[in-house]
Amino acid sequence: MADLSVDVRVQYPEFELSVAQVFPGSGITALFGPSGCGKSTLLRVIAGFERRASGRVHFGEEVWQGGRRRLAPHLRGVGYVFQDARLFPHLSARGNLDYAHKRAADVPAHYGFDDVVDILDLAPLFDRRAAQLSGGERQRVAIGRTMLARPRLLLMDEPLAALDTRRKAEILPYVSRLATAFDIPIIYVTHALEEVTQLCDRIVALSAGQIVATGGVAEVLERLDLADVQGRFEAGSMLRGHVAAQDTALHLTRVELGGFALEVPEIGLTPGAEVRLRVRARDVSLARSRPEGLSIRNILDARVLSISEEPDTAHAELLLDLGGQNLRARITRAAVRELGLVQGAQTFALVKSVSFDRQAWPRADAVAPP
Amino acid sequence: MTLPDLGPLFLTIRLAAITTVILLIIGTPIAWWLAHTRSRARSVVEAVTALPLVLPPTVLGFYLLVFLSPNSTIGGLWLSVTGTTLTFSFLGLIIASAIYSLPFMVQPLQGAFEAVGRGPLEAAASLRATPMDAFLTIATPMAVRGYLTATVLTFAHTIGEFGVVLMVGGNIPDRTKVVSIQIYENVETIDYAAAHGLAAILLVFSFTALLSVYMFNRRFPVHVG
Repeated sequence: MADLSVDVRVQYPEFELSVAQVFPGSGITALFGPSGCGKSTLLRVIAGFERRASGRVHFGEEVWQGGRRRLAPHLRGVGYVFQDARLFPHLSARGNLDYAHKRAADVPAHYGFDDVVDILDLAPLFDRRAAQLSGGERQRVAIGRTMLARPRLLLMDEPLAALDTRRKAEILPYVSRLATAFDIPIIYVTHALEEVTQLCDRIVALSAGQIVATGGVAEVLERLDLADVQGRFEAGSMLRGHVAAQDTALHLTRVELGGFALEVPEIGLTPGAEVRLRVRARDVSLARSRPEGLSIRNILDARVLSISEEPDTAHAELLLDLGGQNLRARITRAAVRELGLVQGAQTFALVKSVSFDRQAWPRADAVAPP
Repeated sequence: MTLPDLGPLFLTIRLAAITTVILLIIGTPIAWWLAHTRSRARSVVEAVTALPLVLPPTVLGFYLLVFLSPNSTIGGLWLSVTGTTLTFSFLGLIIASAIYSLPFMVQPLQGAFEAVGRGPLEAAASLRATPMDAFLTIATPMAVRGYLTATVLTFAHTIGEFGVVLMVGGNIPDRTKVVSIQIYENVETIDYAAAHGLAAILLVFSFTALLSVYMFNRRFPVHVG
């Protein structure tokens, strides 16, 4: 699979988008950052929709943009899933799928029309028009349509942003299946950390038009200096583990995280399934001794790796070692003093079970390809 | 009541039909360009295409008469090549009508193309459709209401023109004598019965045309977005 290599600039009134980055030719890369940081623009540059862009875009040996040369968007073989789906309103769902399928008839692919329809469960929607589909269904048809054009690279521009929480949960598993089922590299634009932790393999974090961090999802999320990108409120860490046991009576799931375990609200997965859990830093409390008579279910042995106090605020962020996996905690600076927390100190991290986001999804590669 | 002479009516319909077809061909690229360009020339082109809306028909007719007359470059060239004049001919009427009715074709189409926007075209491009393919299979069907409105307005407006026709075409039976001029002539000669007949036909036709457009637009709304 070919790598995508970009080195582009786009002038904005307030800032300049300036990005030099190689996107690997497999897996899901999150293009992550706050609204207005230029991530959608970067996606449009890659697709060839942005006329203002200067610089170069190479896909493997192919030059998509370089010097004066610019390959027309329809010749790039790039799939684009838009935030607003953009189904053709004068065609049925089936008509939308056929539109793409007909135009990619000569493009070799290892999957056919029926595979796409099966994976995205599109057959029941065939006869309906865009106006008769729910937001989630519309997005599923849009994804199917894009895959039927047999792209070599898939760009997704906040495909879940316009959906409510329930619809998001409905679409997420389909999206997580794409990269492996269709064996295609995906660049996934989002400002929602949930989607990053549940779908993506890598992060490219943007802020005000500049790349501020790149790397594996867990690694980037642990870096304390990313607060500006993530928003202090949402900042947190990601833990990997697998389902150990289900308590169906009390609707709790026990997740084994290598040496320790967490209880979280029931996840509808069988024991052994791999999961990612995101813990917001503000949901973690610390104690010097093991507390008793407490409603909090998860009390974990932790060691302080680093403390960064935020000047001019009441807060401090701590990075904790749980024995292999790292956890971020956000507490007051006063509490840091009172508890005498210093680097290397032993402490107990307290995480309420209800603070976990209700849905957790299997890793993309945990789902068998069709 | 005697039947009115229907010659002018058929001539008028022929003129309106030909003018509409010509304007569909010319107006589409102009409207498309206006809807999508970021060029500074856009305002100028928009103003020029809208001019026939505000100019008195006699002013437009006067300039056309000047430019098409055998003494002008264009009219003279035409005369030397074909041996006929552009003024006081059916061809001259077609040219005049096309210019006079241009905004009635361009403006609804421009509005329709702007309503379609770039979004669906980008989506089509990402599905490997060439720009022409996307225009024919996405933009055109999505702009179908604009096309219908533009066609009916252009046709009806051409049928109703008077001043420009009078200036450029005069009043030659079977060549340039259209309905509106025939009615004028009937009134001048106090033949009110003939005037009534033609006027009623025009009234009923215009009303039916507009009614069918509005009914079609109501019955087949195009959902955009």
